[in-house]
Amino acid sequence: MLRLISALFAGSLFGLGLIVSDMLNADRVQGWLDVLGNWDPTLAFVLGGAILPMLLAWPLSARRGKALLGNVLPGPASVRIDWELFFGAALFGAGWALVGLCPGPAVAGLGLNGISGILFFLTMIMGMSLTPYLRRHFQKPAMA
Amino acid sequence: MQHEWLMGFIGGLMIGTAALIFLVVNGRIMGVSGLIGGLIDRSGWGNGRERIVFLFGLFMVPVLWVRFIAPVETHVTNNLSLIIIAGLLVGIGSRLANGCTSGHGVCGISRFSIRSIFATAVYLMSGVIAISIFRQLLGVI
Repeated sequence: MLRLISALFAGSLFGLGLIVSDMLNADRVQGWLDVLGNWDPTLAFVLGGAILPMLLAWPLSARRGKALLGNVLPGPASVRIDWELFFGAALFGAGWALVGLCPGPAVAGLGLNGISGILFFLTMIMGMSLTPYLRRHFQKPAMA
Repeated sequence: MQHEWLMGFIGGLMIGTAALIFLVVNGRIMGVSGLIGGLIDRSGWGNGRERIVFLFGLFMVPVLWVRFIAPVETHVTNNLSLIIIAGLLVGIGSRLANGCTSGHGVCGISRFSIRSIFATAVYLMSGVIAISIFRQLLGVI
């Protein structure tokens, strides 16, 4: 139960942070990527602000060895750079730029963006469901 | 410092604090594509309720904010073909890369993960290229 309350609180705080930082505003996200046009650096402040607490969170949780509610912590990060990672990130970046939504704001904007928000969410889910089938084409050796 | 930069930083601290709580208290990485993806491919059904409740909070707060506090400007396009293409790209791309802005960008970079730093550099570059082509060159978005 405590775990669910904590998860609900974290998700809600994430949503509030997206509102406060104006990251539900597609113009602002696209503006950050629009380096040849009217460039908007706000997103860099958001990302910087978000990384700061996590710089504390990783060593803090590592020192404890487990989560406060007893769960096992995530394992060490993989160091494998492969084509899946490259193509995945490239496709993701293009989609993010075209509409200005990534998965967090897509969920947070589900109730705000009318038919566009719902359709984006559904096609995103569809894309996620298709990925295991596409993945089979990327069983190649690591890039580096 | 401009007002929106300060608000961006404060909102960012809130997002990072949410990620901190999810890691330190729940022992989980706050990556939205991974949270949803695990519900789709069933790999995350063991802690499915935790995922659903997190996503519910993320979904509900903006709805309640708009209903009771203030409007939120979103400026999301109503070009539905664009929405479909972008939704598919974001869904496929984030799962193929095992992470999105929250997972790789916030949670990965902060643990100095080389994969996350690489992925973030690639999706930022790809986003810049896409905006440059479709907005500056073709003027379609």
